[in-house]
Formats: sequence, C-alpha cells, structure tokens
Amino acid sequence: MSAHRRFDFKKQHFAGQEGRLVPLLQRAQESDGYITRERIAEIHRECGIPLAQIYGVATFYAQFRLHPVGKNLIRVCHGTACHVSGANDITKAIEDALGVSDGETTADRMFTIETVSCLGCCSLAPVIMVNRDTHGNLSEKEVKRVIRQYQKAATGETQ
Amino acid sequence: MTRVVVGLGTCGIAAGAEKTYDALAKHHAAGTAAFELDKTGCIGMCYREPLIEIRSEDGSRVQYGNVTADKVDRLLAEHVGEGRVIEDWVVWADDGRGTERAYFSRQTRIVLRNCGKINPEAIEDYLAADGYMALRAVLEQDDPDALISAIVDSGLRGRGGAGFLTGMKWRFTRLAGGGRKFIICNADEGDPGAFMDRSVLESDPHSVLEGMIIGAFAIGAHEGYIYVRAEYPKAIERLNIAIAQAETHGFLGERVGGSSFSFHVKLKEGAGAFVCGEETALMASIEGRRGMPRIRPPFPATKGLWDCPTSINNVETFANVPWIVLNGAEAFASIGTANSKGTKVFAMAGKIKRGGLVEVPMGISIRDIVFDVCGGIKKDRKFKTVQMGGPSGGFIPAELQDTVIDYESINRTGAIMGSGGLVVMDETACMVDVTRFFLEFTQRESCGKCTFCRVGTKRMLEVLTRISNGEGRDGDVELLEQLAQLVKNTSLCGLGQTAPNPVLTAIRYFRSEFEAHITNRRCPAHQCKPLLTYTILDSCVGCLLCAKVCPTKAVTGELKKVHVIDQSKCTHCGECHKVCRVDAVAVY
Repeated sequence: MSAHRRFDFKKQHFAGQEGRLVPLLQRAQESDGYITRERIAEIHRECGIPLAQIYGVATFYAQFRLHPVGKNLIRVCHGTACHVSGANDITKAIEDALGVSDGETTADRMFTIETVSCLGCCSLAPVIMVNRDTHGNLSEKEVKRVIRQYQKAATGETQ
Repeated sequence: MTRVVVGLGTCGIAAGAEKTYDALAKHHAAGTAAFELDKTGCIGMCYREPLIEIRSEDGSRVQYGNVTADKVDRLLAEHVGEGRVIEDWVVWADDGRGTERAYFSRQTRIVLRNCGKINPEAIEDYLAADGYMALRAVLEQDDPDALISAIVDSGLRGRGGAGFLTGMKWRFTRLAGGGRKFIICNADEGDPGAFMDRSVLESDPHSVLEGMIIGAFAIGAHEGYIYVRAEYPKAIERLNIAIAQAETHGFLGERVGGSSFSFHVKLKEGAGAFVCGEETALMASIEGRRGMPRIRPPFPATKGLWDCPTSINNVETFANVPWIVLNGAEAFASIGTANSKGTKVFAMAGKIKRGGLVEVPMGISIRDIVFDVCGGIKKDRKFKTVQMGGPSGGFIPAELQDTVIDYESINRTGAIMGSGGLVVMDETACMVDVTRFFLEFTQRESCGKCTFCRVGTKRMLEVLTRISNGEGRDGDVELLEQLAQLVKNTSLCGLGQTAPNPVLTAIRYFRSEFEAHITNRRCPAHQCKPLLTYTILDSCVGCLLCAKVCPTKAVTGELKKVHVIDQSKCTHCGECHKVCRVDAVAVY
C-alpha cells in the first residue's frame, strides 16, 4: 500500500460542493484501496465534518471498507436469479479453491471473496465479477477454471 | 457500406462481446473486409449474447446470436464478403427470418425504442432518431402547465414501483413555493433480479436525460441529480459521456436550446445501500449523510433535498416522457388497461428459456410473457411461480398465471409491480429457501431506524432458517404471519412495509411446503440440505468415486459392489450425488 497522499481539498475533490462526504470517501477508497484512518482524520480536519459523521457514513454503506483487500476482488453475485441457479455452490467452490471463507482475504493478499446483492446480469446467472470483469453462466467447474487463470496471472507477476 | 454493430451492454460484455468487437476491429484496421464497425447497447436477447447486427447498404438488417470472437472470420467472409447470410446463426432479421422472432412479436417498444439500435455514446445517433425533438417542442411551447397536464392525461405512473401519477408529482412540485427546486433521477436499482434501468442507461442514456430536462422545465428546477448504483460502472461511464455531449450541444447548462431556461445536472454514485432507493433515504445520501428514511409528510414535493421542493422519478419513467411529448398523451393512454397506461419493461431471469429485457403493453398476462415471449421454462420443467417486485414483492403461483400485468391486478395477488424484475422459478425451487433468501437480504439492508424492521425481520429470518434446517416448530408459520403484519404496520418506509411480502405470499400460496418442512421434516424441492436423505440404489456399479469424495467417510463399499451410506455420519453435503456417473445416489 502506498503512503498517504494528501488530497487538495481547496481546489479539487468536490471543493465547495454540497454533500461532498460520500464522493470524498469514494475517491479515498479508489486511491487507497480502502478507507484509512489517516484519510478520515484528514477529511475531518480539512472539511470540518465531525468524525462521528464520517465514521457513521463509512460504516453505513456496503461499498466502503475499513480494511485492505486483496489484489483481486472477487464479487460473487447472490441476486435472486443467481441464488436459484446455485450461487451458494459457486461461493463454496471459490472458497475451496482459495482456502479462505467469504469476506476473507488470502494470506498472500492476492484474493478477497465478497458477496454482493446483484450485479444486474441476471440472465447469465450465476455470475461473478473479478475486479472489473464479469463472468457468467458459471458452473462449479467453470468458476474454478476462472480462478485458476487469475492465480496463474498472479504468480506470473510475482516471479 | 455494410455496418457491423456489436451489442455492448454489461450482459453482452460478460458473454464476451468485447472480444468479438476487438476481433472485428482487427479485421477493420487490417482492411481484410470492407465494413463500418459500430457499437450499440442492449439488444435485449441476453440469452443469445454476444449479439451482433449487420446492416447492409440496402437497409436490410440481420441479427446473429452467440457470436463469439472465433465466429468473426466466417461471418465476415460469408456475410460481409459474399453477401451470403449464415442461416443457422440468425436470431432475427427484418425479412422474417430468424429463430427468435417470437421474442419480439408481442413487445411494444417505447422505453426501449432506441436500445440496441443506436450507439449510446454518440449523440448524433440519438439526434437522428428524433432525439431532443421533444425538448425543443416543449421549450417552444413554453407552457409548463400544459406540459404537466399532458403528462397527467397520458396516465403515466411512476415506474419505480409505487405507481404514483408522474404528472401529479410534477404538479405538486411546481406548485410548491420557494425559489430553489430539484429534480432527481432515481437510478439506484437495488432489487436483486432487476436490470431494466441499467440496460436503459447503458443503451440509451440521452432518452433519460431528455425526459429529466423536460421534467425540470415542467417543475421549474434548475438543478438535478442522477443517483446511480456504483455497481453499474458501464452505465455511469455512458451517462457521463451523454451529459458532456448534451452540454456541448446546449441541451444542458445555461439557456437550454436557446431559451431562457437553465438546467445543470450532476451524477451521484450510490455507495451500496438498498434502502437508498427510498426517496427520503436517497436524498439523505445525496446530502452526504447515512441513507436513512424520514417521516413523510412533508413529502419531497414540498420539502425535499436540502429542504427544497424536489421531484424524484425513476429512469424508466423519464425515458417514457419524450415519447409522450412527441406522440401525444392520447397515443400513450391508448396502450394498456383502464388504470395502468403504456408499457412496462421487465427483466426476465431465472429458469426461463429466453431471459433478457422485454417491454410489453400493460394488460398482457403473466402466461403470455413467460410462455409466448420468453419461450417457457428451461428444460421444459414444470412452471412453479414467478417472483415479482424483488424483496418488496411476492410470489405469483402458476395457478394465477392468467393474472394481467397492471398495478391493481398485481397488488391483489399480494405481490407488487415493483421496478420490473421478474424471476421465473420451476419445480426445483424451494419456497422456504427462496423466502429465506429474500428476508436475509431485507434484514441485512434494513437501516435500523424502526424497531420492527430492525428486530422483526431478524426474528423472522431466524424462524425461516430453523425451518429450512429441519428444526421448525409447530406454530412457526402462524408466528411468521403475525410478525409479518407487525413489521408491515410499524415501519416508516417502503423497505419495512414491504419486506414481509415474500413471506406472506409464499405462505399464502405454498403453505403445504412450509408444513412439509416442519411436520414431515422434508423439503419437497430437494433444496434444503439438512432435510435431505441420500441413499445408494442397487444400480450402483461400485466405482468407489462417491466413497472417495465423501468428506466424513460415510460412504463405504468395495470395488464393483453396491456401496452403503452410514446415515449417522452423513452431513448431507450432496457430493456423492454430484459425482455419481450412473445416478445411483437417490435423494429424497
């Protein structure tokens, strides 16, 4: 994780905009990977928003994370269509392949498994999204193959 | 020159449409075939993605389905090169060919009028399809009251779920005092199983923008927000492009279309909270607070965003507006039933042959949508129920499939029209399991403000969980019904008021299934694992495969002899059933 880079609250980062807290936190997560303590303190100091409000908002919305995630974020869709098409089995297959449970990150910080409510690709159920790529019409076998691809790419990078 | 158009909605991309596009682009750049390459949004047949359309110089159109990148060479050589249509791949053609014609024959496309036809990233395409003509007409007429009356007369009702008359909402907001007013486009499509708004935004963002600008003019708002789910990156990307283009063309900003009216719009990304689909919670979220609903009245029309009068309308509602302005309120009101006018877009998903986006006139029956438009149930299994309206909606059983689609008829079944997610289930769906799934969702998404929504849904979930674990007690069904009524009656917002709907409709139509779980400890649909018993039949060939995969060593046996499962060790994981090659592991 790179060191804390300060935001320029006067010129950029939604300066002068009403209701800037949510977009600020979104920007923070984009640049830091998650909402860091330093960033919360910085927003409080520079924008005059009470710490309690920042923390309250950061914990209310599912999008915000207060802990770092792995390099590859696997979002397993558990929408209605995916549920009736076996999303639970898909999650289990990924858990088996990576050796961690839903919501956890692998020890090498390469993968995080996350459950999401709906990715909106219901006609391709069951669906997962790895980073920005969507994979649909999965079976347990197929999803393991997808994960292996990312594992291969990950080991290729570290070597 | 021949144009090759690739459908690049999220569904298409997930099925590999970008790779198809890249393969085409390579040929285009190399000049191996002479054609123009273009992209479009959602063509609608998600079940046949990736989809491409070839438009010949003479204007004829042919759509191909399942065009993965490896099929590009043949397609270019035969269709583009030699002008020979590859019959086997055609899904639809304007000359009457194609295997999927039935999918379109019952549809009436108003909201989806441009979807899959125009390039969503090119305002020129939208303008060529009469885009922004409605806005020009409205500005020329310069009579907001007449405009509002026309929308009222058209009978357009909010497509977000509740079905309030759009024109009335605008009238209240217009009549409210105060100088500063807002208009908000609710694109926080949170219902699992719904993707209409995503597809419209990805395929025709300008139609939503135009409807919104017209709405702003009607109520006298100069500022607007579009609140989009962050889970829809493609929709956000295309909306941003559309906003920038509308600004350069003078449809947004100061002096819209040369008139004295000014309007600015900002895009807000949601942060993943289902409750923010509720209008007061959505406004709290835009204001930078926790998205919690508040008591109404005052309604947003008088006191909304930053206490200013605000109108909040759904994506699909806005997309209808330009069509109504151009074609007249009467034309719109002539479609549909007495109290539900126009069309409704449905996102068809689940165990259905043709899943995708359909737009049908109000008044069509559920049977017609499921069987005529969508081709019936996958693998020709038995149709059991449709779930309408997501976690706020309910189940409509196969016996009621002749129910027609209009707000009142759907409400009478206990479900709601909702935003338009329609998930079809076959006999393999367990109602206890699916109900539990919905309640798990609403329980997690409850903002926690109202006690019964916060605690009541939790208690209901616990009851449902124990039923599906085979630990149900006598009286559990009645307890669920009682809690459901309490949660409904004592919650402030739509989330809590509707969260019990799936439970109530499931009990109403499938009570015996609940009782089978509780009394007989059986799951008739074979979904609740703790209730299943696995046994090995005499047809077992003794291959040892199941014994190898069994995690608790409950399966024993010798090679080429029938194996046995020790029920006391079995954890009901189902692995033996899955690996058996001769279907000798029976489940009941």
